[in-house]
Amino acid sequence: MSISRRQVIKAGGGAALYSALASVGFFQANPALAAAWKKDWFDAKNVPDALKAMGIASAPNSADIVITSPDIAENGMVVPVGVASKLAKTEMAALLVEKNPSMLAGFYEFTTDAVPDVSMRVKMGQSSDVIAIVKADGKFFMAKKEIKVTLGGCGG
Amino acid sequence: MADPMRIRARAADGIVDARVLMAHEMETGIRKDSAGKLIPAWFIQEVVCQLNGKPVMTAQWGPAISKNPFLQFKAKGKAGDKITVTWVDNKGEKRTDEATVA
Repeated sequence: MSISRRQVIKAGGGAALYSALASVGFFQANPALAAAWKKDWFDAKNVPDALKAMGIASAPNSADIVITSPDIAENGMVVPVGVASKLAKTEMAALLVEKNPSMLAGFYEFTTDAVPDVSMRVKMGQSSDVIAIVKADGKFFMAKKEIKVTLGGCGG
Repeated sequence: MADPMRIRARAADGIVDARVLMAHEMETGIRKDSAGKLIPAWFIQEVVCQLNGKPVMTAQWGPAISKNPFLQFKAKGKAGDKITVTWVDNKGEKRTDEATVA
């Protein structure tokens, strides 16, 4: 599967239009959801770009971040992945799939009432490393795990 | 209006374990239909989870999250607490559902 430049631009244009409309209150965004969708984070195409967009200079590996997932995923459309952090004052956790067209799958921001342990299901285009980035006490840490995918989950 | 979410939450040792299943297509915007035309992106961008009206976790998602997304999260709480989950997609559509912690 190849993504032409044209398609990428098209997709980006749609998102830009949405944010423009959202910014003028077209969608009457819920005040509780005031934080704008981080388009530049999701647009990053590789790990260094994503880290740059997120404003991370360096993120050492940490054994206190646990990625729960199967080693081999049969169906790339639904790969269950969990990210748990044992680091004190965990504020944010992000999950990146290195070889996906859009690397950042999602990120989670925790208040002090939350326990930083989330699970989700992601699409994976091919076998790839998944990277969890955790922000704890103002510092960034990361963990990595390889997931082999038998059947890719992008394109159709 | 989108279909309701299924929320199940259970408390054990002061920790609420909530599982949410949302009904959403989660189109990536890079898939093509049978005629070779691109299917426009349509996915949930934000999820806000609240416990007794107080936000405990906010998530932002990209199109890489699977169709009919599943989300599990944990928070400090007890049985009887109220869990509220809201999502907003890239078309501005949204849905809020509530559940009581068992």
